[in-house]
Amino acid sequence: MHKLLTDSPGEKMLLLGNEAIARGALEAGVSFATCYPGTPSSEIPMNFFNISMESDLYFEYSTNEKVAMEVAAAAAVSGLRTIVTMKHVGLNVAADPLMTLAYVGVKGGMVIINADDPSLFSSQNEQDNRYYSRLSGLPMLEPTSSQEMKDMTLKAFEMSEALELPVIIRTTTRLAHVRGPVELGDLKPIVKKATFEKNPFRFVTVPAVSRKLHVELLDKFDKAAEISNGDAYNEVIGTGKWGIVANGACFNYVKDAVLDLGIGENVSILKLLMSWPQPETLCIDFMKKVDKVLVVEELEPINETELKAFAQENGITIPIKGKGIGAFSRLYEYDPGMVRQSIADFFGVEYKAPEKMDLAATPELPARPPNLCAGCPHRATYYAVKQVFGKQAIFPTDIGCYTLGLLPPISMADFVICMGSSASSGCGFAQATNQKVVSFIGDSTFFHSGITGLVDAVHNNHKFTLVILDNGTTAMTGHQIHPGVNTEPMGIERTRIPIESVVRALGVQDVHVIKPFKLKKAMESIKNAMEYDGLSVIISEEMCPLFAKATKQFKKSKPFRVNHDKCRNHRDCLNFLACPAMYLEGDQVEIDKNTCIGCTVCAQVCPENAIVPVKA
Amino acid sequence: METKRLVFIGVGGQGNLLASRLLGEAALAMNIPVVVSEIHGMAQRGGIVESAVLLGDVSSPIVSSSEADVLIGFEPLETLRALSKCNKDTVVITNTHPLPPFTVAVGQGTYPKVEETLKFIRERAKKVIELDGNAIAEEVGNPLSLNMVMLGALIGSGTTPIGAEEMKKVLSTSTKKAFLESNLKAFDLGMAKAV
Ligand SMILES: Cc1ncc(C[n+]2csc(CCOP(=O)(O)OP(=O)(O)O)c2C)c(N)n1
Ligand code: SF4
Ligand code: SF4
Repeated sequence: MHKLLTDSPGEKMLLLGNEAIARGALEAGVSFATCYPGTPSSEIPMNFFNISMESDLYFEYSTNEKVAMEVAAAAAVSGLRTIVTMKHVGLNVAADPLMTLAYVGVKGGMVIINADDPSLFSSQNEQDNRYYSRLSGLPMLEPTSSQEMKDMTLKAFEMSEALELPVIIRTTTRLAHVRGPVELGDLKPIVKKATFEKNPFRFVTVPAVSRKLHVELLDKFDKAAEISNGDAYNEVIGTGKWGIVANGACFNYVKDAVLDLGIGENVSILKLLMSWPQPETLCIDFMKKVDKVLVVEELEPINETELKAFAQENGITIPIKGKGIGAFSRLYEYDPGMVRQSIADFFGVEYKAPEKMDLAATPELPARPPNLCAGCPHRATYYAVKQVFGKQAIFPTDIGCYTLGLLPPISMADFVICMGSSASSGCGFAQATNQKVVSFIGDSTFFHSGITGLVDAVHNNHKFTLVILDNGTTAMTGHQIHPGVNTEPMGIERTRIPIESVVRALGVQDVHVIKPFKLKKAMESIKNAMEYDGLSVIISEEMCPLFAKATKQFKKSKPFRVNHDKCRNHRDCLNFLACPAMYLEGDQVEIDKNTCIGCTVCAQVCPENAIVPVKA
Repeated sequence: METKRLVFIGVGGQGNLLASRLLGEAALAMNIPVVVSEIHGMAQRGGIVESAVLLGDVSSPIVSSSEADVLIGFEPLETLRALSKCNKDTVVITNTHPLPPFTVAVGQGTYPKVEETLKFIRERAKKVIELDGNAIAEEVGNPLSLNMVMLGALIGSGTTPIGAEEMKKVLSTSTKKAFLESNLKAFDLGMAKAV
């Protein structure tokens, strides 16, 4: 049985924040879950995926976040308790349905999990999605611990049903990827089906309807503000004259700092668990009781600005500060030491930080960036394309493991802004320059948002080459399935959509399917694509070996070794491929037989035929 | 209860996330307040993997620079790189077996000599526990048990309130049968190096 289905209320488990959210949803009797994966949200759907195989929960990996939001919206307006999860930039993709779903609202509780990533541990930007609650008018909860991740998810379903509005839960990396003790509650049975009741004057958003719905949204917003001002979520801790306002992960840093500095008596903390609508009355009362306020929030000065506006309207003139105090800035995540120091500075508390080690004499250390795995098919495809196109072509790329092609010695990534941008920016580069253009896109990304760019390329006659890296999985985020995956070996019933048929159906004339581990043949096809006067698509098919191993589809082959009688040590293998199985022993290249998966690519690259299989 | 801030540092595949999680499980079993933080994602493609375990009266799940009570380094270069987490009172436990990053193989930087790295650490930390964790893992016939060796060394160091018995109980319930014996052996040998 899945551990999150453990039916023993009162038991304490050490749960990852994301697991706690999944458990909270189960305790709310969630029946419908959708997502597109993305760090740091991915463990929530990974748990749902497994749970759906042993319960009545419906779960799907949707094509992208917009689709996930719309599929979930239909379930929620039909009356089912529904959850949809995504990372912060995913909400950009889903922003269109989000904005008008707020107008029509829901019947069954609907919870939107949004995972922000301050410090960009694994993201292309660090946008602050608290703005989306302001933009859409939807309530936002910001839990501060694993226990609250579970509790708030459960409560969010109830609030959503009471208000008939989706509720957004915003997490950050330091909540999603933190394990803490969680006390389990009761599991609720899953309702499998509901009946949709027609009501075009609510659900069909033509202008005349939406004009009315906007009024209703504002009414619901007022009700939400009442909840926010009540004592169910937001609270003031302490009675001191030094005011501190904190939300999310920062609340923990504040709590610890107050303890470490021994200033509990002097401080009042306003903990914003329900951060939108802002608890206006609570904030004003709070500010009236304290002498000064420090706002501790990562990224944008949202609470700070709103508190200043409340103060202005109410004639409150105490200092309200946030950004600019100590090291508080709009950049990156905060940390406990930084928050402790800022609090000490702002309130004039004496504090001596622990004495640093003297590290001035540290030698220069070699970097350890992440790298494509040993035997990763992306490496082989990049090598083959570079052999044919050279280094001068423009290489728009996309988001996935293959973005690591940025690093030397591959160095084949020139432009990426968001998922799907490789295909569409390829159109733009091809039109705007006379340079050759080769775009790279992963298979999951192709389905997510690459198809529309390819349609543009066909329709507007753009001339470039799109390489689709079909490794049969969504590797970067933890090897999820997507519409192009053959799920049969995993024992799951899903219909596979072969990429080649999609590409041909869109009207692409020059289509090549290559096997990247067969370098010579692959390069011939790539050459043909390069010479074609028009749009070419190359589909490079080879399964990610990690996914193949995890799903028992991996065909074991012999590892390779360097035959030093033949090796002339010019290191083409290292200089062109740099597979992590290779290393230097003295000044000789060696291959670690435990890391090598026997993909044979280096053996094909070595002009001396010095790389050979290890004899049994 | 006294607060303990522990930082685990390693390289993708060495299993330090599992080690920190199991330590957290043992703390929970002993009713010691605990938070564990992990970095998933990009860092795992052969990059640096960091996790932290905080025990006692503390809610923050991460450790700021100079604030670690214990640094557990699974690879000597990475221990050295993570020294910014330490102060003069930090206990450092480090594996001495080097795992050079691929940047070294392609000539972008040189791997510092292990003996010099250890000397550098010894001159700065309050106490250093050094062990060849990979050799021990090989010795017990389970190269993947490096994390158990390091966990053993941590428990042996007596820097946490978690005892060997509690730790082993957690290992026994969370390890596949086929690996249990070698894992426990690895744990014991690691522990013997530290006491
Ligand atoms: C809008 C958006 N959603 C999700 C993500 C997270 N994400 C990054 S890469 C990726 C998928 C990569 O899969 P694929 O294109 O198949 O490449 P692979 O990693 O398998 O090489 C996802 C989901 C993101 N960066 N942006
Ligand atoms: S996980 Fe798969 S796709 Fe990603 S780098 Fe490794 S082998 Fe390549
Ligand atoms: S065969 Fe060569 S390129 Fe392939 S995994 Fe082994 S060392 Fe790496």
